[in-house]
Amino acid sequence: MDMHNLIHMANQIGSFYEAMPDQEEALLGISGHLHNFWEPRMRKQLLEYVDAEAGKELKPIVLSAIRAHRNQLSPRP
Amino acid sequence: MFEQLNEKDFGTPKRNSEQEVTLEIDGMHVTVAAGTSIMRAAAESGVNIPKLCATDSLEPFGSCRLCLVEIEGRKGYPASCTTPAETGMKVRTQSPKLQSLRKGVMELYLSDHPLDCLTCAANGNCELQDMAGVTGLREVRYGYDGENHLHSKKDESNPYFTYDPSKCIVCNRCVRACEETQGTFALTISGRGFDSRVSAGQDQPFMESECVSCGACVQACPTATLQEKSVIAIGQAEHSIETTCAYCGVGCGFNAEMKGNQVVRMVPSKNGRANEGHSCVKGRFAWGYATHQDRILKPMIRGKFTDPWREVSWAEALDYAASEFKRIQNKYGRDSIGGIVSSRCTNEEGYLVQKLVRTAFGNNNVDTCARVCHSPTGYGLKQTLGESAGTQTFKSVEHSDVILVIGANPTDAHPVFASRMKKRLRAGARLIVIDPRKTELVSSPHIKAAFHLPLKPGTNVAMLSALAHVIVTEGLLANDFIASRCEDTAFRAWRDFVALPENSPEAMQDITGVSAELVRGAARLYATGGNAAIYYGLGVTEHAQGSTAVMGIANLAMATGNIGREGVGVNPLRGQNNVQGSCDIGSFPHELPGYRHVSDSTTRHLFEQAWGVEIQAEPGLRIPNMFDAALDGSFKGMYCQGEDLVQSDPNTQHVTAALAAMECIVVQDIFMNETAMYAHVFLPGSSFLEKDGTFTNAERRISRVRKVMPPKAGYADWEVTIQLAQRLGYEMNYQHPSEIMDEIARLTPTFHGVSYQKIDALGSIQWPCNDDAPEGTPTMHVDEFVRGKGRFIITKYVATDEKITRKFPLILTTGRILSQYNVGVQTRRTENVQWHEQDLLEIHPHDAEERGIQDGGWVSIQSRAGETVLRAKVSERMQPGVVYTTFHFPESGANVITTENSDWATNCPEYKVTAVQVMPVSEPSAWQKTHTRFSKAQQALLAQAKLV
Repeated sequence: MDMHNLIHMANQIGSFYEAMPDQEEALLGISGHLHNFWEPRMRKQLLEYVDAEAGKELKPIVLSAIRAHRNQLSPRP
Repeated sequence: MFEQLNEKDFGTPKRNSEQEVTLEIDGMHVTVAAGTSIMRAAAESGVNIPKLCATDSLEPFGSCRLCLVEIEGRKGYPASCTTPAETGMKVRTQSPKLQSLRKGVMELYLSDHPLDCLTCAANGNCELQDMAGVTGLREVRYGYDGENHLHSKKDESNPYFTYDPSKCIVCNRCVRACEETQGTFALTISGRGFDSRVSAGQDQPFMESECVSCGACVQACPTATLQEKSVIAIGQAEHSIETTCAYCGVGCGFNAEMKGNQVVRMVPSKNGRANEGHSCVKGRFAWGYATHQDRILKPMIRGKFTDPWREVSWAEALDYAASEFKRIQNKYGRDSIGGIVSSRCTNEEGYLVQKLVRTAFGNNNVDTCARVCHSPTGYGLKQTLGESAGTQTFKSVEHSDVILVIGANPTDAHPVFASRMKKRLRAGARLIVIDPRKTELVSSPHIKAAFHLPLKPGTNVAMLSALAHVIVTEGLLANDFIASRCEDTAFRAWRDFVALPENSPEAMQDITGVSAELVRGAARLYATGGNAAIYYGLGVTEHAQGSTAVMGIANLAMATGNIGREGVGVNPLRGQNNVQGSCDIGSFPHELPGYRHVSDSTTRHLFEQAWGVEIQAEPGLRIPNMFDAALDGSFKGMYCQGEDLVQSDPNTQHVTAALAAMECIVVQDIFMNETAMYAHVFLPGSSFLEKDGTFTNAERRISRVRKVMPPKAGYADWEVTIQLAQRLGYEMNYQHPSEIMDEIARLTPTFHGVSYQKIDALGSIQWPCNDDAPEGTPTMHVDEFVRGKGRFIITKYVATDEKITRKFPLILTTGRILSQYNVGVQTRRTENVQWHEQDLLEIHPHDAEERGIQDGGWVSIQSRAGETVLRAKVSERMQPGVVYTTFHFPESGANVITTENSDWATNCPEYKVTAVQVMPVSEPSAWQKTHTRFSKAQQALLAQAKLV
């Protein structure tokens, strides 16, 4: 899928959770949202982007969420 | 359910009072609610007092003098319609004197009325005729030589009904219906005495007046003065079946009046809880599409979408579709196909499509057109209140003191509810409108908004935060409610957030474009004006922050304690007839029926046991994800029931590129819509008149849809899905949609108590309906929220990425109008095109003048996504910098311009904000020329199928 679009969508999610005063809750919120609503091939592509390009265009909070909760985001085998 | 053709008319409206009065009518003791008229008290006890100007949908008027009665101890002959029943009264409804008086009145009426009963369209259904019989009139002594109205000219301008003044008895019922029921005030009585006549507008033909053709006047007319043209053409119906309208999310109940399998007319049902006997021009009149010659009635297949269609048998079409889906899955994998549930089809049909995807396809790639309208409602309300639905009944608005309408134009999009709302506003409720446009609600006959906040498109969240800021910082919070009903930690975090200076109306006014003073006034009114209800529409949801705005609305309701009782609440005005239902029954790729996530193993196992398959625990693709996956080659097949993705989804060229990249698209529809032009299999659909089922409206009300004629193509849609599933190797065994509903009820806690038997008994049911609420739940969150404690959520304003620039300096926002519905596939095939035959671009005079644009001239609208050309309508309804159009005609290409920007949580497209430039032009856009060529080519390929 269009990686640019996936990055844009992930950053939009990050923008919503950035306002939360509790950082850990925000990171869980981001990863939970990606887990609950993104189809596995989208999550897989996002994780590959993080691995290949260090997620350079992702907001820091999104990158932190992905790194903190990577296991949750990996598609089930 | 067969209904009697004419519902009993009690003469005056029902009164609700805890006090009762007991009186004697013709020697019978009758007990009624205080305030009830003598006429109604008599009718409720089976005594029908003659009447002409009275009908139970209108307040009593007391003009016809037929309903005179005698009351012991009182002088004269009072009108029973305007005289309230009182304890101890002794009333006589029949006596020689009364008979004589009534006969005299009737004689006067008939002295100026054509005696053509045998050839009159109302013959057999005329109250004047009935009263002539009841009063025993045998002759008219005055003759017809004097001055009369017998040769008055008939007005046939309206496509659906005629006005024949020669038959008018000036009872005022039509005028009162236009005022009281509809609230348009288009009709009046012009002239005095003998010259008194019903007049539309300024004595204009109906079509030139401000009449909105709701038909309330036609329904109220006791003679053939206002008469449906269909009745004139066909004659009176011989039976009637109660069903539910298939247009907007109001879900009006109708009696389909039939002659055999032919619809004679649709009459709104007094028993319909959503509409209580009212309707709009679409529901009452625009049903002709169901038998339109454009209906495709034979299944068709083709190898490529550029090939001619070939008409085939149902068996061949279904075999081909199933074999293609299997081939694609074998080649590209299990997740390479999916399905689309229609929000126009029934709950039962939607349930079967999502079940087919989850069983026969073996994945969760199912979505519904709610994706592009109210998916943020589902998400936002679930997060805050715990349930993905509105909190009230429509009738609840009768108890509202303050009505806040944000991002909705119910006058056009939900007209029957708008009439109900206006009635309450005329009775004194105060109105706040938050909308970039000066919609009709802001200022219309007898309605004036206390506050209109004309915000810039895309700034709803900023506005909601500013309103919340006022409520928090001016001490207007409902502290007791919050303390007992809401999560404390979340509330404190939200309170501290909205109290920040950056969220004040003063700080936000540069963003919203609305003065702080107005915002403060509106916030104070909402918080302190009594029962306050919020109604919202797609102007809230179809934004990059759509879900955030829905949460912001829920926050406001909780902060002021305006939730959990009548007259308050959070009320999404759903777009299509069954948007609520299609979401309820598991059409989203992440949820099973009842809004339970697919990763919830307990729920999944429940369905796995019932369905006999393993269900994927991962969410599937949403509609826009399907397009992206199609373009990257991993999504190749789609079963699309009753949805036109090409015309309704944003960035048309992106959508068509995706569809063109797929190998098997199966479209099930009643017409060859824009999506079907890219299809490989066409399965003829059935209209709402041709099948049994249920729709769920915006109030969570489940109402029956009843088959009034056989399916024109041989099968109802649910039967087709069953056959497709069987050919894919999954057996579905249902003999009737009631069995499908039984399965939904068995597997869904909020539906446990729902059955066709109960719906038939109660008329309709608002879910949740289960052991805790055996007859349904009119008002939600009464004692506690569905999620337990209400959860405030911080809603920070984030500007959309769709920003105006020098190249694209205007904001385009889209919407709908009264006479057309959604992509217009139904209403374009009715006489409703007489009101709206093309989409127009509305632009403020300042913006028009700056660009040399003339009213009615062609203009190009260009965005980052594409370009189209429409005629301009220069209008002060717009604010400078904002332009507006509708999307009812495919050739308009409104969605060629809209972009793929979408809501952060749900991917609901940001239809309401597109940066554009508008300039005068002289020819169609390149896309329109291509579209015209493509459409003609597809019509030729369709014509070839019919020649085979």
